[in-house]
Amino acid sequence: MSFRSGITRATLAKDIRLEWRSKDAINSMLFFALLVVVIFSFSFDPTAEDSRRIAGGLIWVAFLFAAVVALNQTWARELRNQVLDAYRVSPAPPNSLFVAKALGNFIFVGVLEGFMTPLFAVFYNLRPLGPGWELIPVALLGTWALVVNGTFFAAMSLRTRSREIMLPLLLFPISIPALLAMVRATSAILSGEESIGFWIALLVAYDVVFTMASLFLFETVFEAE
Amino acid sequence: MKRVFPILAVGTAAFLGYGFYEALWVAPTDQLQGDVYRIIYYHVPSAWTAFVFFAVNFVASIVYLVRRNLKADAVAVSAAEVGLVFCSVVLVTGPIWARPVWGIWWTWDWRLTSTLVMWLIYISYLVLRRFSSSGQTPVLAAALAIFGGLDIPLVYFSIWFFRTQHPQPVVGDGGSIDPSMFQVWLINWGAFLCFGALVFWLRYRQALRLQEIEEAEALESLLEVRGA
Repeated sequence: MSFRSGITRATLAKDIRLEWRSKDAINSMLFFALLVVVIFSFSFDPTAEDSRRIAGGLIWVAFLFAAVVALNQTWARELRNQVLDAYRVSPAPPNSLFVAKALGNFIFVGVLEGFMTPLFAVFYNLRPLGPGWELIPVALLGTWALVVNGTFFAAMSLRTRSREIMLPLLLFPISIPALLAMVRATSAILSGEESIGFWIALLVAYDVVFTMASLFLFETVFEAE
Repeated sequence: MKRVFPILAVGTAAFLGYGFYEALWVAPTDQLQGDVYRIIYYHVPSAWTAFVFFAVNFVASIVYLVRRNLKADAVAVSAAEVGLVFCSVVLVTGPIWARPVWGIWWTWDWRLTSTLVMWLIYISYLVLRRFSSSGQTPVLAAALAIFGGLDIPLVYFSIWFFRTQHPQPVVGDGGSIDPSMFQVWLINWGAFLCFGALVFWLRYRQALRLQEIEEAEALESLLEVRGA
């Protein structure tokens, strides 16, 4: 499990530069999340006082679906011109690559959340009754939980038929504890009814367990032939 | 296998029949629920059996990744499939019991939810096996099985405080189950384990054969390429 930060930095910089010039992932994610907002607004009265109870679930479902769009692109981009094969034969440690991809996705999904949260607040008339700053640790931990497993499973689904469908099928069941924690914590902050200590602890445990598991297993999956 | 299998199959059938008889006729009727409760003789032993097979799947997946032994992969896939069948039995018998006793088929209680999530995880495991190209299936599946195995404690931990409607465990310290009922439980669990092991064995043999066929086909196509 060797690691070289130089390679991580170079890959991350390349991915960000690519994204900055093309804006493929962020545009499709934003549009997708916006669609989810509009469609969900039909299913209940979004301005009612009760809606803050469901808003937590809604926001995270929108981010989750949107994140899948970005996650599917991460590795698929490297398939062109056999870049991934080149990585595999190069002496670069796979974990450096994995960390770079996970950080890249973390930044992209984070930017999406930065854009979408104000929109959600406007469209659904949201105003946290609890301490609003607590949304920040929930968002950071929750986003990492999604992207670390998402990046791993996206690499895994590269080797399958119809990989675009495979990623959510693998990612969603495993993410259920993290999703539950994010949704309940967000709803708790919005409604100001309970403390979020337990959920933060759960998210930290989830992040630690699956970051370790990904780092341990990524090389195996990456080199699988 | 040809000689031993029928003997074991007959033995297991007799054991299952005995368990059935014990569950329906010998075990005393529940004071509060009446005869409806007898479904727990299928529900609970199925759940325990499913856990046993999922544990086998987890261990076999680790063994596969460490040793790269295809037999371990055959064990893993067979255990996951048999475990999933028993887990499905749990999820089907539960609502059948809940409808007359609770008045509802399903509730988002922590035991029900976590069992359902576990079931979903192993479904995704089998879907991955179905969709990945053959050479890499064992590695990818083993990695996912380890993720799933790590996830299940977190699932249980995350929903433990959900309001619970499910009967509390009645076995172990402070358990309230009648010894004669508990005995029937164990008999049925034993019978289910035997049945599960029998099916598992068949599936394991089949998985080994499939691996042999794949190897033979790969070799054949290699030779063809060389001949051409």
